[in-house]
Amino acid sequence: MTGPNGLPATIFDKIWMNHLIESREDGQDLIYIDRHYIHDVTAPAFELLRQRSLAPRSPHLIFGTPDHYVPTHSREMTAINHPERRAMIDALMSDAASAGITVFPLGDRRQGIVHVVGPEQGLSLPGATIVCADSHTSTHGALGALAFGIGATEVGHVLATQSLWQKKPLNMRIRVEGQLPEGITAKDLILAVIAQIGVAGARGHAVEYAGPGIEALSMESRLTLCNMTIEAGGRVGFIAPDDTTFDYLAGRPYAPKGAEWDAAVAAWRELRSDPDAVFDREVTIDANVLAPMVTWGTTPEDALPITGVVPDPSTLADPEQRAAMAKSLAYMGLEPGTRLDGIAVDRVFIGSCTNGRIEDLRLAAHIVAGRQVASGVSAWVVPGSGLVKAQAEAEGLDRIFLKAGFEWRHPGCSMCLATNGDAVAPGERCASTSNRNFVGRQGPGARTHLMNPAMAAAAAVTGRLTDVRRLVEGH
Amino acid sequence: MQPLRTLTSVALPWPAVNCDTDQIIPARYLQKPRADNFGHYLFADLRFNGNGNEIDTFLLNRPPFRHARIIVTGRNFGCGSSREHAVWALYDYGFRAVVAPSLGDIFANNCLKNGLVPVLLPEPVVHDLLDRIARDPDLELGIDLLAERIRLPDGTEHAFPIDPFAKECLVNGVDELGYTLSRADAITAFEQRHGMA
Repeated sequence: MTGPNGLPATIFDKIWMNHLIESREDGQDLIYIDRHYIHDVTAPAFELLRQRSLAPRSPHLIFGTPDHYVPTHSREMTAINHPERRAMIDALMSDAASAGITVFPLGDRRQGIVHVVGPEQGLSLPGATIVCADSHTSTHGALGALAFGIGATEVGHVLATQSLWQKKPLNMRIRVEGQLPEGITAKDLILAVIAQIGVAGARGHAVEYAGPGIEALSMESRLTLCNMTIEAGGRVGFIAPDDTTFDYLAGRPYAPKGAEWDAAVAAWRELRSDPDAVFDREVTIDANVLAPMVTWGTTPEDALPITGVVPDPSTLADPEQRAAMAKSLAYMGLEPGTRLDGIAVDRVFIGSCTNGRIEDLRLAAHIVAGRQVASGVSAWVVPGSGLVKAQAEAEGLDRIFLKAGFEWRHPGCSMCLATNGDAVAPGERCASTSNRNFVGRQGPGARTHLMNPAMAAAAAVTGRLTDVRRLVEGH
Repeated sequence: MQPLRTLTSVALPWPAVNCDTDQIIPARYLQKPRADNFGHYLFADLRFNGNGNEIDTFLLNRPPFRHARIIVTGRNFGCGSSREHAVWALYDYGFRAVVAPSLGDIFANNCLKNGLVPVLLPEPVVHDLLDRIARDPDLELGIDLLAERIRLPDGTEHAFPIDPFAKECLVNGVDELGYTLSRADAITAFEQRHGMA
């Protein structure tokens, strides 16, 4: 299969063309949306619909779950001590009920972070267009879908019309040569990518991740990778579907079954960029040389190997960059030249749509087993969904975490952005497996260091940012 | 959203690069009902201290910027979260235009849906505007959406690009939903072609 006029095409071009309803003279395309996820911040979009006396056009294509406002210490609505937060979940439930939309509610084992739940349920499929009012919707691209975050008004538009006007982004390919070394994860890879191309490096582009270093990744690692495409400025990040994808999807509750499955897989195998397809931008990264990454500043591009030191603003020639770095370090409470390995932490957060899946919890538990959370550190594990939590408990991971002194919480977005009240206190330093280290992201004055789950586990047991490879090697 | 053709105002200089939507409106305000004036939450953690009092040194709390309706800012403004609340906060406060070399992709779309005009100009031009505002805080910028021009009192003017359909929506104060609903037949035909209906 090729693109229009027989020209070579990228996967992105092909999925786009497959969903093109019509084009407008100004270059905007009306794209059909196959799957629409909603959560407990979608209330304003339904309000917009009501104001115009409209109802969702295709409720059967919409699935929801509360994640941003759910409590993680309890499964009871009454445990939400804030009426506005309760109202957000109530709104999701009533909006969905009145429209006939399926929701996995609080207390349902399938409830969780929408970007964990969609793939887990087999709702996110190769070749599909997927939207959600959340920038981390790029996650679902791991399955070969064209998935992107949208604003509330666009959500209203999709609810009412099952379509969206978009200007087609440019094509970008990030080729990962080599293989990730033992103990280096997709989180390190994406932080290294963002450090290389910057937080605006993929702006205006749809990113295809390709190459041997990508093909070798598990589905969960791919989800982590695509999840943070938005931190490089790209709304869309995806990976060509392959056997890893099909093995992951086979038998999932909403994935096709029987003959439909066979037909679907046959079609999905065709979803590849043509060998001579042209990308507007290409970036190559060598996986072989990667080390565990950790952020030191207040944007995800402020990332370095754990073996590095806090950078020195005075080495920067540009006065604006110098001032920005100094401001960032002042917020983070860090001195230039300090070794990253050894910076003391107060909190540890293992979870989020980036690193809240079973593979992530296994990586963390492997480090925690037989060790104790360092004195003075508060460490949490917040599984990405009820099913992840159940799986972890079946494997005994919860007992490893609890025995070490971790809190084992219920699924939700939690301390990634603190909307439910799970916040890092002002001035506290948190080793976090989430996706954003923005000023105030985990709570006003909170200092966030992003890293992979094994690194966060290492920080928990040593009380400091730590090169986890030392713990694994038993030095 | 209100229709907009022209706008003349002092401008808030905000030279930050990569200003994320968490700075424009912290996540804890996402639970507020849309009926609220989101202008109260704009730049909340930068604008107010822990007691809710204005921080004097924050430019938006000082004349003449308190009444600015234009913000002039650095690359990739509005990156990060898709929260439309960031646009609502700017709009409800009174801002009607964002002048920048580039905007976050989702933020840029959200602007167009809410009557916040994206005025994209080359980085040197934006830097020049920031320099001029630094020299003369009372400098009024004129934005002529119909002509797709930004004008300065000394006669300097710069063209900025804007998609014609988006411009039409901004000028008339409407979003594109009405138009798409008029295209329902095309959507239904697509569904039938693909065996969905």
